Amino acid sequence: MKKALVEHPSCEIRKQPFFHLTKRGQLTPWQSFYIHALALLGALTTGALLLLCLGYNPLLIYAGMLKGALGTATASRETVKMSVPLIFTGIGIALAFKMKFWNIGGEGQILMGGIAATGVLVYLPNLPYLLRMGTMAVAAICIGGLFGAIPAVFKTRWGTNETLFTLMLNYVALQLVRFLQYQASWQDPGTRFPKIFSFGAANTLPKLFGVHIGWVVALLTVVLASLYLKKSKHGYEIAVVGDSLNTARYAGMNVNKVQIRTLFISAGLCGLAGFFQVAGADGTLTESTAGGVGFTAITVAWLAKLKPSLMVAVAFFIAILQKGSVSIQSTYQIPASAADLLIGLLLFFMLGGEFFSNYKLMRRGASPSAASKEQNA
Amino acid sequence: MSISIEVLQKLFIAAVLAGTPLLLGTLGEILTEKSGNLNLGVEGMMFMGAIAGLAGAWYCEQWFGGAGLLATLFALLFSFLAGALGALFYAFLTISLRANQNVTGLTLTIFGTGFGKFFGELLGKRAGGYVKVSTETSACFAGLRIPLLSDLPVVGKLFFSYNFMVYLAIALALTLGWFFNRSRKGLNLRAVGEDPLSADTAGINVTRYRYLATVLGGGICGLAGMYMSMVNQKGIWVPECVTGYGWLAVALVIFATWSPLRALYCGLIFGGLTILRMYVPIRGLPTQIYDMLPFIATILVLIGTSVRQSKEHNQPQGCGLNYFREER
Repeated sequence: MKKALVEHPSCEIRKQPFFHLTKRGQLTPWQSFYIHALALLGALTTGALLLLCLGYNPLLIYAGMLKGALGTATASRETVKMSVPLIFTGIGIALAFKMKFWNIGGEGQILMGGIAATGVLVYLPNLPYLLRMGTMAVAAICIGGLFGAIPAVFKTRWGTNETLFTLMLNYVALQLVRFLQYQASWQDPGTRFPKIFSFGAANTLPKLFGVHIGWVVALLTVVLASLYLKKSKHGYEIAVVGDSLNTARYAGMNVNKVQIRTLFISAGLCGLAGFFQVAGADGTLTESTAGGVGFTAITVAWLAKLKPSLMVAVAFFIAILQKGSVSIQSTYQIPASAADLLIGLLLFFMLGGEFFSNYKLMRRGASPSAASKEQNA
Repeated sequence: MSISIEVLQKLFIAAVLAGTPLLLGTLGEILTEKSGNLNLGVEGMMFMGAIAGLAGAWYCEQWFGGAGLLATLFALLFSFLAGALGALFYAFLTISLRANQNVTGLTLTIFGTGFGKFFGELLGKRAGGYVKVSTETSACFAGLRIPLLSDLPVVGKLFFSYNFMVYLAIALALTLGWFFNRSRKGLNLRAVGEDPLSADTAGINVTRYRYLATVLGGGICGLAGMYMSMVNQKGIWVPECVTGYGWLAVALVIFATWSPLRALYCGLIFGGLTILRMYVPIRGLPTQIYDMLPFIATILVLIGTSVRQSKEHNQPQGCGLNYFREER
C-alpha cells in the first residue's frame, strides 16, 4: 500500500480534502484591518439583504441611520451621549473578560451605581455641590463594584458559576429600582406614580460642548485603563491569570485576590457608568437607566479586542447604529430594534472573522511551502 | 398566612404551567451541553422561537385560513426551526470556525433578543396595531379535556388538565433520559461531551454529534420560547415575554445536574417560584422584592451546588472547550 503511494504521488493528492487549513503567523496590521473590514461589510450586506427581503431599500435605510445619528449637531451630541456608558461599561467588562471571568452583570452593576448615586441625594442632600457629586461617584463605584466582587468571592472560593451569578443579579437590581420607585423618600414629590424624583439642575453634572462631562471622564478612563493594563503590575497579573491560572499560581500570584480585585474594578466602572447615566444623561433613575448597555457593552468590549484604546471608536460606531435606528423608526416605519439585530449580526461576523485571522484556507494541491513562508513572515 | 389544600392545588397547577417552558429550555440546553457545547444563547433562541411560532401561526391563518390545528402545527414547526437556526449559527461559529463558546452564546442572546423584538414589532405593524391569533388557535394551546381522566376528582385536575405542550415536555424529558443512559447514540454523545479526543479515537464523528445535538437542542429551546408567546400570552405578542426565562433555564441545567429526569422536578420548583407571589402572599413583603425570588433562589442553588461539588453529577468535562483534532 505504502509502496503504491510512493510510486504514484498523484494518489496522495487525491486523498486530500478539497480545502485544508493552515495556521497563520502574526498578521500584519494591514491584513488585520482587511479581515475586519470584510467582516463589517459582511454584516452590513446581510443586514441589507434582510431589509431588502422585508421590502425596504437598504441604501436609503443605512443613509437614514447615518443622517439620524450624525446629521445635525443635536443628533451628534445625542450619539456621543449614548456612547459614554458604552465606553465605561465596555472597559469594565473587558477587564473581567481578560481573565476569562464572564461578567455579564453589567446591566445590574450600572443600576446599582445609579441607585447608590441617587441614594446619596436622598440621604445626604446638604453636601456642597462638588463634594456631593464626588460622593455620588464614589458610592456608585463602591456599590456597583460590590455587585461584581460578590460573585467573584464565590467563584474563587467554590467555583460558583460567575456567568449566571452576575446575570441573576441584573434582575435583583432591576427589582430594587422598581421597589424604590414606590418609596416615599425616593418618589417624585407630589405624585403617587411609581417614578423617582428628578434631580434638577442643582444635582446634575455640568456640560461641555453640549454633552455632560461624562465623556471627558470616559476618555480619561480609556487612557488610565490602557496604562493600567499595559504598564502596571496589576495589569500584568490580569494578563497572566487570563492566560493560565496555573502559571499565575506558579509565579506566586494570589490568584483569588487578583480576581476579586479586578472584578471590583470591573463592576465599579459599570457602577460609574450608572452614576453618569443618572446624574448626567437622564437626571433621574429609572428602570431603563441601564437600558441594555450592560449587554451591548459586551459587544463593544469584544469588537475592540478587549483593548480600551479601540473602545472609543467601537462604542461610537455602536452608538451611531442605535441612535440611527431610533431616528429611522418614524421615517421608514421600521422598528428601532433593528439596531440590536445589526449589532448581533456584526458580532457574529467578527467572531467568524477571527477564525480567518488565525487560519488560512488552502486549496488542494497548493504548495505547502507557501504556507510555511506565511507562518515565518 | 394560611394555605389551604385548595390553594396548594392551584399552586401546583400553576407551577406546572409556569415550569414547562423552563423545563423545555433546560432540556434543550442539557442536550447541547452533553455534546460539549456550552450555549449561553438559550434566551436568544427562546426569543427567536417565540416570535417565529407566533408569526407561523398568524401567517398560516392569514394565508391558508388554517386556524386551529394547522396553525398550531405551524407554530410548533416554525418555532423549532427558528431555535435550530440560532443554534446553527452558534454551532457553525464554535465548531467549524472555533470561536469562543461563551462570547458566541452571548452574541446569540443579543442577536435573538433583537430578532424577537424586531420581528415582533414589524409583525405588529403589518397586522395593523398588534398581533393576535384567532381564538380557535389559542384554544389549541389551552388545557386539554381528556375523556374520563380529566373528570376524575382532584387527580383529573392535577394531572390531566394541562395543554399538550406540558405532556410533550414531560415525554421529551423521559425520552432524553432514556437516550442518554440506554441508547448507543446517547452514550456516544456523552463520550463526545466528556472527552472528545477519546471519542474521536474510538471512531465517533465528533463534529457531526456536536452539530446535531446543538441544533436539536436549539430547536427545543425554540419550542420553549413558543410556549411563552402562545400559551403564557395566549397568542399575543408581548415584547418582554421571554425576558429572564432563558437564563433561568441555563441555571436549571446546573440545578438538575445535567439530568433530564431531575429537570422535571427542578422545572416544577422554579415554575412554582415564579408564580408563588400570586398564590401565597407574604404580609409586609413588597411585591417588587418578592419578584426577586426565582433569581435569588437561582443564586442560592448555584452556590449550593458549587459548594458540595459531586464528582458524579457534574458538567461534562469537555463542556465549554472547542475540539480541534490537530491541536492535541
